[in-house]
Amino acid sequence: MESDTPLLELSGIVKQFPGCLANDHVSLAVRAGSIHALLGENGAGKSTLVKIIYGILRPDEGHVRWQGREVEIASPRQARALGIGMVFQHFSLFESLTVAENIALGLDHPAERVGLAGRIVELSSQYGLTLDPTRVVHELSVGERQRIEIVRCLLQKPKLLIMDEPTSVLTPQEANVLFTTLRRLASEGCAILYISHKLDEIRALCQSATIMRGGRVVGACDPREKTTRELAELMVGSAIKSQAARTAGGDGKPRLVVDKLTLRSHRPFGTNLEQITFSVASGEILGIAGIAGNGQAELMDALTGETFAGKPENVIIDGVPAGHLDPIERRRLGVSFVPEERNGHGAVGVMSLFENAFLSGNVGQTLSRWGVILQRRTWDYTSSVIESFDVRTTGPAAEARALSGGNLQKFVVGREVALSPGVLIVSQPTWGVDAGAVAAIHQSLLELAAGGAAVLVISQDLDEIFALADRIAVIAAGRVSVPQPTNAATIEQIGLLMGAVAHAA
Amino acid sequence: MQLKIVARGERSRFWSYGAPVLAVLATLVVTGVIFALLGRNPFVALFTFFVQPLLNQDGIPELLLKASPLITIAVGLVLCYRANVWNIGAEGQLTLGAIAGGGVGLAFPDAPAGLLFPAMMIAGVIGGALWAAIPAWLRTQFNANEILTSLMLTYVAQLLLLYLISGPWRDPEGLGFPQTAEFSDSATAPLLIAGTRLHIGVLFAPLVAIAVQWILTRTVLGFQLRVVGYAPRAARFAGFREKRLIWIAMLTSGGLAGLAGLFEAAGPVGQLTADISPGYGFTAIIVAFLGRLNPLGAILGGLLLALSFLGGDEAQIDLGLPNAVTGIFQGVLLFMLLGADLLVSYRVKLIRNAKPAPVAQLAEKHP
Amino acid sequence: MNVDFLLSVVAAATPLLLASTGELVAERSGVLNLGIEGMMLVAAVSAFATEDITGSAALGFAAGALAGVLMSLLFALLTLTLLANQVASGLALTIFGTGFSALVGAKFVGIALTAIPKFLFGIDAVAYASLAALAGVAWFLFRTHWGLVLRAIGDNQDAAHALGYPVVRVRTCAVMFGGAMAGLAGAYMSLSYSPLWAENMTAGRGWIALALVVFSAWRPLWLLAGAYLFGLIMYLSLYVQGLGVHVPSQLVSALPYLGTVVVLVLISSDASRGRRNAPACLGRPFHAAS
Repeated sequence: MESDTPLLELSGIVKQFPGCLANDHVSLAVRAGSIHALLGENGAGKSTLVKIIYGILRPDEGHVRWQGREVEIASPRQARALGIGMVFQHFSLFESLTVAENIALGLDHPAERVGLAGRIVELSSQYGLTLDPTRVVHELSVGERQRIEIVRCLLQKPKLLIMDEPTSVLTPQEANVLFTTLRRLASEGCAILYISHKLDEIRALCQSATIMRGGRVVGACDPREKTTRELAELMVGSAIKSQAARTAGGDGKPRLVVDKLTLRSHRPFGTNLEQITFSVASGEILGIAGIAGNGQAELMDALTGETFAGKPENVIIDGVPAGHLDPIERRRLGVSFVPEERNGHGAVGVMSLFENAFLSGNVGQTLSRWGVILQRRTWDYTSSVIESFDVRTTGPAAEARALSGGNLQKFVVGREVALSPGVLIVSQPTWGVDAGAVAAIHQSLLELAAGGAAVLVISQDLDEIFALADRIAVIAAGRVSVPQPTNAATIEQIGLLMGAVAHAA
Repeated sequence: MQLKIVARGERSRFWSYGAPVLAVLATLVVTGVIFALLGRNPFVALFTFFVQPLLNQDGIPELLLKASPLITIAVGLVLCYRANVWNIGAEGQLTLGAIAGGGVGLAFPDAPAGLLFPAMMIAGVIGGALWAAIPAWLRTQFNANEILTSLMLTYVAQLLLLYLISGPWRDPEGLGFPQTAEFSDSATAPLLIAGTRLHIGVLFAPLVAIAVQWILTRTVLGFQLRVVGYAPRAARFAGFREKRLIWIAMLTSGGLAGLAGLFEAAGPVGQLTADISPGYGFTAIIVAFLGRLNPLGAILGGLLLALSFLGGDEAQIDLGLPNAVTGIFQGVLLFMLLGADLLVSYRVKLIRNAKPAPVAQLAEKHP
Repeated sequence: MNVDFLLSVVAAATPLLLASTGELVAERSGVLNLGIEGMMLVAAVSAFATEDITGSAALGFAAGALAGVLMSLLFALLTLTLLANQVASGLALTIFGTGFSALVGAKFVGIALTAIPKFLFGIDAVAYASLAALAGVAWFLFRTHWGLVLRAIGDNQDAAHALGYPVVRVRTCAVMFGGAMAGLAGAYMSLSYSPLWAENMTAGRGWIALALVVFSAWRPLWLLAGAYLFGLIMYLSLYVQGLGVHVPSQLVSALPYLGTVVVLVLISSDASRGRRNAPACLGRPFHAAS
């Protein structure tokens, strides 16, 4: 059921943020009744584009045409008035209120609230999205909660429904139900803009696709006519950098072994870990690639000791079972970690660098005796980290939050590397960091490995993984693939990354 | 034109010290105005309230006497609040300390002073700590809000005291009044300076403040407490155990409050009555804030608020005002302090011709 | 059953019900106001003074309510606009209110007023009004859109803000309502319950009202039951000795507080299962990121 004029047409959209060109002359056309995929890695510019469509952001340049007429969408309310609905990836609901109450709060006009419960029931059964309006949200599964968001959109009879990574929180069964619903909607004339990185789904569901990379549109096609491989190639870029063979330092003995690690997540939108198994040898850098939200945070917690593994043998450090040890005990075994978030997790913003150095450096550098902080020693340690890692700051007394992102990250990484750990585990090492700092951090990781340490890098940035890692694995839906040597890494590997499908070894 | 509140990048050092000063000055102005409204010359009244007590013969000793429980308790509260543990039940912990320590004193009136009084002190600390252990346990085990539990227990403690002094512990020679017998000589807090009411508890206060300041800034434990208060995730990253730290904070502040309670009962009051404390446990909360959650600042805050207690008495005698004026001063001071505190973390801007902010930017926070 | 007994329980429960109904609304919107005791005292003295001067009980109640509103506005200014710590602000309100009321009330000690007339069945109009108020609040919270918005704000202030609801304005109104109700409760104390003024005459009822709100798990029906239960206990504690029961009156008086602690534990320990009854944003400051 497609007409000639596209329902939504974007042309030449430009959106600039400080330090980042999020959308670079992006053009896109969505026809009524079609399911159109918006494909790309993190940072490709998809969410910025979609926020522009939904009225949360305004473009710096470019035009938006709706049903052939040029429009300026100044707010989500206006977008809804036009007939655009959006289901966000991380929905925020009111846990103690019922389904009907949650939906009522999101409606724009008081008149819509009349007879709401009845209409919810009607809609939900019509589209196979079972929802009981009287149930309280905190009792619902994540899939059911998503339905609340979808039904809320449907109640306003949208002409275009934007879905942002909808299946990232669903079980396969729930995903199938969702697809049926979406196909049904499309057959009734509603257009769907489907944002995802899951290539198999897109090929199964969508009739057209726009692929973005680095803020630009790099391709448009009918995904049904392409293979997963071809799509992945478009998404990621065709040239996988070939690695100059790196001399491996160290004797190759495994220093970090993760064996069948299985863990239930405690987070609201968390991912359970399933049978994760890999090892990192002395002198090696293992890169675990993956789109955020696939279990990286849970894995990191299990490795640092913030969450205990099911069995001590699930995590083995230099031969010592460590799954039941807390971070301090693991540091005693010679492990250092750099968590994903430097603000509030890896470092305390309001505290000085001196105090932040103590946070993790105490054990390795013996910065205290009999419970008293050794001021001089800690100061010297902090100064040496600042100097060796070229951290631009006024000195050890500077507050951590006064530093730029790159400099703080250099400090946090440097603090750990300076402990000369036998095993270093680092997550998103250069997120939000300027190019100069990126190079410095990468260099320090390479040097550490060359000195015989085992380094594990968890990152969303494929370029980074390829630059650093000797071997690559992929984390998806809480599982980690069998690591492969980087220079033999194939597109299939990347496809796995995107597919988020449980795989055989 | 509108006022806009904008977060500063980092805490303003100037206002960290300036805010309490500004608050005190503003409070003096408001108090002066209130005095004027009550038909008294504000300057005379302020003088009577703040300066006169110090000029009396026992002025300074009385000031120190009133300040010491405030400081002792406030220091413990500072430890708690810095760790994000909101102990509001210091008054109850103080009461239990008085009960426990006083109980020991009443049980063994003839024991030698060198043994008895230290035993009473220890009992006081344990009594207060045990009372604080209840909210600590409820929080670590059941995640129950310690504000509400410690507050409720304050009332239970007061009722327990009333029960004891009206019933089992009532002084048989007390003419039926709800109070215990007076403490024997060896059960009374030893005096620092003969002829005054200054007991050794007065020395404890600054010592405790210095000790806690040292702990907070120089020890691993203090560091852990501060990190837990600022960034619980970072504390977990560092391997600090939050539950253990909550226990330590609560038990310490409870113990200190209990000690202060014991000193009050076995010192100036001399027996267990219903009025061991004119609300020291609650006033100490103000002292803690006034001192910017810093133990040394709490010394200054304690002195100022102690002065306000004395001032109230003085105003009652000299000006015929009810000593409720103290409560007004303390309340207004805390108001001003809380208001001025804003300036530390935020800047207030006057915006002319305010343009409505683009909706886009307001919604930027959406995931 | 002794009719006087029942009437006394009603009289004891009414101020509790009034004050806690107001605080329920405030807390449902996410604001914890520990200043109830102070607001009640200021209201009590204002009401008493007004009736003494004007001779009108109705004006007295109005003055009490107004006093409560003004004090709560001060609290709202501090905590919602200036983003001050809610606990400390509430305590400041109480300490200030206790002192202020004593100061103003000094002139009125010893004066006796006639209690307000009984309305129906020997119960005065205000007691009936307290029941009506609770019913009104329940209807508002659960049957109107803005009541829903208020509950939503207490549940998830950021989501409510993202949806465009005026968080600070709604909370301010909720706090003012709490102040008005605390004011009526205080006025009831000095104009009906014991028609005189004495320093600190509320004797901790403000704190009991606070406990009541928690005890009721923020639900109006349970609040009603709790208020009468607590009222009964307060009454009993005065007379338990006379009834020949060998239980110390203080233990009886302690029951409301102990009961509240137990309820709090029961509610909170289930948080991991998601059975959240406490408004999730209770006590947390809100600063719209802009």
